[in-house]
Amino acid sequence: MKSSDALAAPRRRKPITNWAIRHVSTAIAALGRLSRQPFASLMTVLVIGVTLALPAAMHVVIKNAQVISSSWNNALDFSVYLRTDVSLDNAQRLVNIVSQRADVESVTLVSAEDALREFREQSGFGDALDHLSRNPLPHTLVVRPSAANTEVSMGLLNEELGNLPEADFVQVDTEWVQRFHAILGILERAIAIGAALLAAAIIVIIGNTIRLDIQNRREEIEVTKLIGASNAFVRRPFLYIGMWYGLGGGLLALALVRYGLYALEEPVNRLSGLYSSAFSVLALDLSESLIIAGAGVSLGLLGSWLAAARHMRRIEPR
Amino acid sequence: MIRIEEVTKRYPGGHDALKGLSLHVEKGEMVFVTGHSGAGKSTLLRLIALIDRPTGGQVIVDGQNTRRVSRRKIPAYRRQIGMVFQDHKLLYDRPVFDNVALPLVIAGIGHREAARKVRAALDQVSLLHKEKQSPETLSSGEQQRVGIARAIVSRPKVLIADEPTGNLDPDLSLEVMRIFRRFNEVGVTLLIASHDIALIDQLGCRRIALANGALAVEKEEDPVAEYIERMEAEQGQDHWQA
Repeated sequence: MKSSDALAAPRRRKPITNWAIRHVSTAIAALGRLSRQPFASLMTVLVIGVTLALPAAMHVVIKNAQVISSSWNNALDFSVYLRTDVSLDNAQRLVNIVSQRADVESVTLVSAEDALREFREQSGFGDALDHLSRNPLPHTLVVRPSAANTEVSMGLLNEELGNLPEADFVQVDTEWVQRFHAILGILERAIAIGAALLAAAIIVIIGNTIRLDIQNRREEIEVTKLIGASNAFVRRPFLYIGMWYGLGGGLLALALVRYGLYALEEPVNRLSGLYSSAFSVLALDLSESLIIAGAGVSLGLLGSWLAAARHMRRIEPR
Repeated sequence: MIRIEEVTKRYPGGHDALKGLSLHVEKGEMVFVTGHSGAGKSTLLRLIALIDRPTGGQVIVDGQNTRRVSRRKIPAYRRQIGMVFQDHKLLYDRPVFDNVALPLVIAGIGHREAARKVRAALDQVSLLHKEKQSPETLSSGEQQRVGIARAIVSRPKVLIADEPTGNLDPDLSLEVMRIFRRFNEVGVTLLIASHDIALIDQLGCRRIALANGALAVEKEEDPVAEYIERMEAEQGQDHWQA
């Protein structure tokens, strides 16, 4: 034995370093305690993971639905079909007039010829069209309202476009898009409420697990307090256990969502291929992933803190 | 070092465990508190350890009046006192080393310094070679020595022990008492509750006899009191009330 070692003054560390070392070692010890009961620990993590994955997955669905529906802004355009006796020149003049309006962003003229050509290419009825003696299609103005429009001013615009002498009829197919957006809005709200309830459930689950743990270690807590441990000291390992449960659950939730999206990717791509759309599924981005993992950690800490605050104080040496 | 002044302790239900007890343990003294069960030995130690608070009177340890130690300050107060228990109160889910290190971990002492102190404490109770074992694998006497090592590892000025030899056979009891004596020789103040009169007499320390929550006799040699006490200890009955 080196006596010089024992006699040397103990190396002084900065208090903050000591503090950090204590916390890290408590955190590792808590992880070690969990790993000694792998089955029970995994069950808890699984419950938390699934509970967190539900709102996360719903959020991803809504997010993708919003992306898809935003590409449907075209559907909000007015198609003003002109009477068939309106000439191309008059139609062109009308474009200039309508595009002056403040509530109109742009006006595109689709001439009867263009419309026919497009129809021929896309419909597959090209051969049938060859038998027609004349072009049955009218010139069409595609009017895109400016973004500042409200529902009322949209209605007004619709009416005024219909009143143009050259207009045959105006087609707007906005209602179902609006309904869809309204449904998405409701769903989003419902998910937020559901997420809050599930968060409460997670706090209860973790709190209950920690409560049982505290009861099982009652004697240890008593002895530790008897030889001078503060409430904070005896609480600390339980907070770390709660944190690990939460973090494990959060990471599991991310993995579940990721796997779910992976499983959906191929059929979604096939579907968007059928619509000749470039849409591809949006996964959780980094900040969303951090929020989910962070939510797990926070709920774990909160649940264990509540349980510890409630049950720890009552355990005093007898 | 330990000053008990006019201390009364009434437990809920009206039982008076201590009735105006006064006693004084000098710095560096080793004092035994004797008396049959129910005489107030354990209550006295509980008041010193701040597990309970007195109903009346003052308990002053190393100049600190326990009345002025707030609930939040109790842990810091307890860290200044070494405590040894009849049932050892070891933690059986961790090895001997970790048990002894616990007070140092609580006090936030760095790992290297703690390891050095733990080994020193284990060396003093001759258990250095068993530091990696679980307390469960040790004999009762060895477990009590681990408990003592834990009590002295942070070098407290005061050590209190409640029936430290209560579960041990005579040889082991003597060994434990010798260890206490060695601490006393290096300046630790000890207050030990025990009913093992014969053993105490071998050590030749001051003895404070309690009966019914008050001082019975405070003399080193009093054959009559000793006889009465011995009878009480053996019979576990209260002749004073009869």
